Order: sequence, then C-alpha cells, then structure tokens
Amino acid sequence: MATKKFTLEEFLELLKKYNVEEIEGVKIEGDLEIEFEGGAGIDLSAIAPLYSMLSEFGNFLYHANMALGYLQRLSAALGIPTPFAAQPAMPAAPAAPTAEVPAVEEVKIPEELIKAKFEPYKEEYPGAIEEVVLGATKADGGSREYTITLGGEKSLAFYTFDAPQPHLPAIAIDVFDRRPMLAKAVRMHYDDVLDDPAEWAKKCVKKFGADLVTLHLISTDPLLDDTPASEAVKVLEDVLQAVKCPIIVGGSGNKEKDPEVLEKAAEVAEGERILLASATLDMDWERIANAAKKYGHVVLSWTQMDINNQKTLNRYLLKRVEVPRDSIVMDPTTAALGYGLDYAFTNMERIRISGLKGDTDLNFPISSGTTNAWGAREAWMIDSPIEDDTPWGPRELRGPIWEIITGLTLSLAGVDLFMMMHPIAVAVLKEVFNTLGGKVSGGVSDPGEWIFMEV
Amino acid sequence: MKIKSPLEVYNYLPRTNCGECGFDTCMSFAAHVIDRSVSVMDCKPLVEEAEKDPKVKKKLEELLELTATEVAEVTIGVGDNAVKIGGEEVLHRHELTFFNPTAFFYDVWDTMDDKAIEERCDRVVSYKKFYVGNFLTLDGIAVRCTSNDPKRYREVVKKVASYGKPLILVALDPECMKAALEEIADQRPLMYAATEGNWKEFLKLALDYRVPVTLRSKDLDVLKSMAVTFKQAGVTDIVLDPVTEPLGEGLKGTFERVIQLRKTAIAGQDKDVAYPIMVTPIAAWLIDGDDVSKAYWEAVIASMFIVKYGDIMIFRSLDQHVVMPTITLRFNIYTDPRTPVQVEPGLKPINDPTPDDPVFITTNFALTYYTVESDLTSGGIKGWLLVLNTEGLGVEVSVAGGQFTASKVKELMEETGIADKVNHKYLIIPGLAARLQGAIEDETGWNVLVGPMDSGRIKGWLEKNWPPK
Repeated sequence: MATKKFTLEEFLELLKKYNVEEIEGVKIEGDLEIEFEGGAGIDLSAIAPLYSMLSEFGNFLYHANMALGYLQRLSAALGIPTPFAAQPAMPAAPAAPTAEVPAVEEVKIPEELIKAKFEPYKEEYPGAIEEVVLGATKADGGSREYTITLGGEKSLAFYTFDAPQPHLPAIAIDVFDRRPMLAKAVRMHYDDVLDDPAEWAKKCVKKFGADLVTLHLISTDPLLDDTPASEAVKVLEDVLQAVKCPIIVGGSGNKEKDPEVLEKAAEVAEGERILLASATLDMDWERIANAAKKYGHVVLSWTQMDINNQKTLNRYLLKRVEVPRDSIVMDPTTAALGYGLDYAFTNMERIRISGLKGDTDLNFPISSGTTNAWGAREAWMIDSPIEDDTPWGPRELRGPIWEIITGLTLSLAGVDLFMMMHPIAVAVLKEVFNTLGGKVSGGVSDPGEWIFMEV
Repeated sequence: MKIKSPLEVYNYLPRTNCGECGFDTCMSFAAHVIDRSVSVMDCKPLVEEAEKDPKVKKKLEELLELTATEVAEVTIGVGDNAVKIGGEEVLHRHELTFFNPTAFFYDVWDTMDDKAIEERCDRVVSYKKFYVGNFLTLDGIAVRCTSNDPKRYREVVKKVASYGKPLILVALDPECMKAALEEIADQRPLMYAATEGNWKEFLKLALDYRVPVTLRSKDLDVLKSMAVTFKQAGVTDIVLDPVTEPLGEGLKGTFERVIQLRKTAIAGQDKDVAYPIMVTPIAAWLIDGDDVSKAYWEAVIASMFIVKYGDIMIFRSLDQHVVMPTITLRFNIYTDPRTPVQVEPGLKPINDPTPDDPVFITTNFALTYYTVESDLTSGGIKGWLLVLNTEGLGVEVSVAGGQFTASKVKELMEETGIADKVNHKYLIIPGLAARLQGAIEDETGWNVLVGPMDSGRIKGWLEKNWPPK
C-alpha cells in the first residue's frame, strides 16, 4: 500500500483540513515525520476542544520529547493506540528519563486534591534526664543571685511536640587564671581583662550575657606556673565575689594535680554548688567526687568519646562514691566541626537516647567544651594552605561561625550546657535556643517572598 | 528497606550465578543489594524475564517493594553531575548511616543582568574545599523567575543549564515553568513548586515532562493531600517543602514540620510523606538586618536542617563563612559511622625524600593524615611521614585515649624500617603529642623534637629547627 509521509506541522494542517474519524497505523519516523497509511479520515469536530491546547504546543513540536508526548496525548484523546512497536530511532537526545516513552495512560488531572490527614508519629520515652541545679542562692546557703537548672528532658532536644522541655541549654563563658593561647578573633574581645579573672568574669556576664562562668585554673599545671592549689583558689574566691552567677571550676588537665586543685576549690566554694570540672577515668576521680559530695557541689564526669567509658565512670561515681543523682553532669568530649564533630554528635546522641530509653547510668545532663571549635584551622588561619581551595574569606567571620555551628549541632544531639568563648557565638546560639524553645515570638510576614525577591 | 538479609533477596533472584551483574554469584549480588551498592534492576536476567512472564514480573515487583528505601530517592539532573536526594532509612545516623548528603543549590534570578548571572554560576561551579583527601563541591543552581516573563525565564534557564549542573526551576507561574521545561526538561530539573494555587497545572507539567516536582505547603494535611494526589496521578519523583520560615515561632514551626514529616515517614511508616524534604535557608534574607547577620542566620538555618533531615536546600550566600561550615557539617553528618574515616598506617615518603630529610609522625585519622600530608606536599617539604594506627582517632584524642603511645611508635618504626632509610635519629612529633616526647625518646632511643601544633606551620618550624644542631 502506498504511504504518505508528513511532518508534524503538516499533520496539524491535515487535522484542520480533513474530517477524520480514526487514525490507524500511525508510525513515527526518525526525523519526526509522521506516517500514516491509507485513506484516513479525521473528524475535526471530535477533537475541536483539544485543538487550542494542541496548538499551544505547536511552537515546540520540533523538540523530540515534546512531540512524542503530544502524540501520546492526541492518540489517547482519540482512543487509538500509539504505535510504539513501530517506533524508529529517536533523534539523538540525551539519555534522560524524559526520553523514555512512557506507557500510554490517559492523563487525568483530578478536579480536587485527594484529601489526606497528616497524623504525626508521637514518640514517648520511658526515661527522663535528671535535673541538676548549678549555683545556690542565699536561701540554699550560697551567695548566687540565681541558679541554673540543667536537664529534665523527656524527649529529644527541642522536640517540644513530643514532650515539654522544662529547661533550655545554658551557656557558660570561659575565664582563665593566666593568659591562655587564644585565636586573635577571640582574644580581641578579652584584651582588657586577660590579666584579671574577676574583671574577665564580670565582662562575660554583664557584657556578653553568659548564664555561668567557667574558671579554668590552668596556672596550676606543673608545666606552666605550678601554682599551689591553696593559692589558685584565691582567684576562685575573687570570681565568686565579682559575679553572682553559678560557677564552674576547671583544673589544668594535669592528672596528678587536678584532684588536689578541685578538692581545694570545692572547699573554698562550700555551699555555692559549683560544677567541678572534671573527674576522669585516668585520674583520681574518687577524690574529686568525694569533694563534690562533701561540700555539696556537682561533678563533671568527663570521658573521651566512648559511650561505654561514660557509663563506667558514671557508675563509679554513683555506686562507689554515692554521688547523688542530681549532682552529675557528663562531658563526652567535643570535637570541632570538621575535626571529628561527627563522632561527638553521634556519641552524644546515643548517650541521650539511651538515657531517655531508661538507662539510668546515662540519663544525666550533657556539657560541651564548645570552645574547642577554635582549634579548627578554618576558624583561625588567615587563609587556606591548600593552593586549589577557593579562598577562605575573612577569618573574623569564619571563626565565630565555626563555634556557632559546632554548638548548634551538639545542641541537637542533646547538650544542656555549653562552654564557649566568642561573644557573637554566644549571642547567636542563645537566639537559636530561645527560638527552638519557643521563647521568640513572631516571624516574617510572608516566608515565600524569597521566591520573587529581586536583590 | 524492609528486608535486612541477603538470603531474603537471594530467594527472589534467578540463582544461576550467570555473572552478568558483575558479581560471581547471585548471593554476592544479593549482599550488594542489601548494602545498596547495586539495585535489583541491575539483575538483567530477572528484568528481562519479567518482561515476558507475568509471574516473574510480580516477583520482581515484590522484590522492588521489599528493597525500596524508607524515604523515596529522587534524582535531579543527568549524567555525572546528577544528584540523588532522599533514600534515607533511619532517623539517627548511628542506627545505620545517612545515605544521600543534603544537596546544596545556590540561587540566580532572571532579572539579574547576564554578567552577574555568569559570575554567580562560575562561583558555584568552581567552588572547592579540600577535606579528607578530596575536594568538597557544590551541587547545583536554583533559577528563580522574578521577571514573570516566560521568554526571559526560558532564556536565563537555558544559559544557566549550559554550566552542566543540576537545576531547580523556581517559578510558581505555570506558563513560566512550562517555558523553562520546554527548554531543558531533558536535563531533569526539579520543579519548584506546586502549591494549593497552582497544583493542577503543575501536576500536568510533571506528567507531561516527567521531571521531579516540589510540593509546597505549610499545612501538612495539604502537603500530604498533594503528595497523595500527585502519586495517584502517576508522579513518583516528589519533594516535600513544608515551608521554611526564618525566624521566631515561624522557625520553630518549621523545625517541627520537618522533623514530624521524617519521623512519621520512617517511624510511623507513612509512605504518603516518605519523600525527600526541601529546606530553603535563603529565606533568612527576608529578615531585617545587615548582610552579615542574614548570612550568619542562613548558615544557622542550614545547619539545623543538615543535622535534621533536610535533603535539598536553596541558599543565597556564596560567602565562605556560610559555605565552608555548612559543607563541612554536611560531610560530617553524612559520613558512614560504621567505617571510621581512616587511612592505612605505615610509611609515606613525601616529595622523594633523601636520607638527610626529616622524619615526621602523625595518626591514621583521615583528616589528620590528609591535612599533614597536603601541608607537607604543597609546602614542597621533603620528608618521611610515619602514619600510626590510632584506630582512626586524631592526635589529641589518641594521646589522651592511649592509642598514641611510645611503644606503638616504636613498633611502627621497626615495622617500617625507617632507621635504615635515613642517616639521622630525629623524629618530629605533633605539637599536640608533646607530652609523649620523653617516653618516645626512652622507648626508641631517638631524639624527639616537638613540632608545631598545626601542620600548616611545619614549614616555618623547619626553617628554624632543621637540620637539628
């Protein structure tokens, strides 16, 4: 039988000219020609309603995929099968899913949305995180103007849709009893107080909004000044005088010296319910925990990113020293963004979930030494040492955000207490906690405006 | 994935060990289906048989269902640059791992002048940050229609598509969207977005052009209704945007919506919302304030949802203080917790060292190793780098945790025979391992020099300290 070949445009013309009732044996050929056999007759009136829609597509019919789609719709509308069996090679088109010819099914766009109700999955945990109070007011035998309560969660951090979160995370700012090594971007904010811990503490509270102050007695390190414990704690007394917030006291990290220093600190701060940082497995944790117990303080149980060690140390503190359950905070170790934050995050998240699930060796508030973020070279180095890197931009902007993102990430893992340094990082994290904690009202009027904004 | 054991997969396979899939046995193929390195569709005999035999077809469909990811996986773009989103199985990375890192898209808009568009596209395409042995890069470009002119939008989309990156087409107007799709539907862009106002037109576009589509609504009932409607009509590549509000109660609401969607999809087994989630940190640019604050807040919003379930994001700021922390966080959250990021321990000669060159030691934590290695290599320093097996821990942690000890250093030196390769006895240890100096000297009999805290400073340090006097 003789066949006649048409281009798509000719085909459209044909539709205009002839009354055709059905199309049979339509073939599509390589160069987008349509071929159909014999005396076809098309009833134009039958497809008239479709026609305006069809001609809209006319301006891109040269496009292979579009032409095919068009044909399918047309054939579907006319109730004839599209002859895929006879489909010849397509013009060279990228191997994209769009180039595949879908099965012919009549496309039906429903008039209305199919109504569905979203039923949020509610999670309830059997356990709860212990509430630990730091600081003591006059009524409780101390001299603090306020106390800070950590913990109390019954759900994951900020999951207030699962259970209310009674206390938002608190932020402590670090103070040192001798000049520490600090990144320039941090140091510039403390230049005027670096030699005066009491003034330093005041600045943290009054100017930078710290909830607590952490005093690190690093001068006691035998490799530094080897300050005797009895002398080092005088600085603690100064700081207790200077500020009325709850206090955290840290040693130098020296395993031999710290128990002595912290014991002495516990003694001079009797009644103030300070947090002693820290008891670790590789030092005389028993001595530190006993001092905390004796003078009514809280002990920070610090382990190196190992959930089992954390469990072990907590058990020792609970069982061997009989530290009260409301007097333990854990530090499972913070690694900076890009420097092991993944380990820190997951370790803390696992600890928190275990606590919520009812593991009473792990259901204590968590603390993070977020200042560690400043160890990341991205936070302090002038620019990348790697030649091919996109330039790193001003470090004054990079540094604080490194501390913010490190803290923010760990807050989502469940950290209750942050030890930080940069004032902007402190301010931004506080805003994050207040926002997720439901303490910031309002929002923008139209959150979809970014779609059209011309800036 | 509903099934966990290769044996369960194996039962569905032809069990002929034909090897067409590239594995010797069907069992081995089954194991790779479970760890998601191959797809069931890679078993050609099974797929071919299914085309002929309805029984086999049913079996194949069952297997596909059983091995489907908990959250649907959606591919945007084509070829080497295509990006996969979703496909997640768990709510917490320690339960398994997170699979497809959050995809980062950066915006351009069609009323920008062409030169500015090119500049931004160039920055997206050329972005590089060295990290653990590789360069981190950005995924794609979101082209916003601000002209409301289909012709202009189409023109700009065409231009941006020429950069070869996956695209998000941001236009609520169906005419503009259609114009762009006519141009680049074969590049498989993601449509943004179908809303309560335009969903019919967008559903039609999704069906006509076979491209993935984002559904946008703050109301999760409406969002789910749209997802059900689109799926029923035959659209499978769906992304959900529960609307990112950048501030205050709005942001808290966003946090809740995103988490509820993912939690309900995985823990609640609600397949109707088990799709990748879109978050738009760019919304931070709607808040009042200076550009630095907006950029900071954009990084904050992004980070929040990199940790919690954002699968694809649209950003405004290309400043390093936004890009670098977020792209690093993404890498961290999406590394596989089952395999610590570590390298082979041993001896690594740097820049063809001679027996007179220094000997350094570092840990096999990939980050530490690659940092030190690249600092030495790019600094043109010749030397011998000993890589100690600290079980993938960094210097500070492994010194404290007892994985970096004098006796292990001694063992490594003996194994590598370093003493025979150099004609001196000086070992340079990291500044953070300073406290091991004496112990290593005692153990090995070598002179131990304490290097700088950061390997970026080795070059300057060597100028003063090498050769030792």
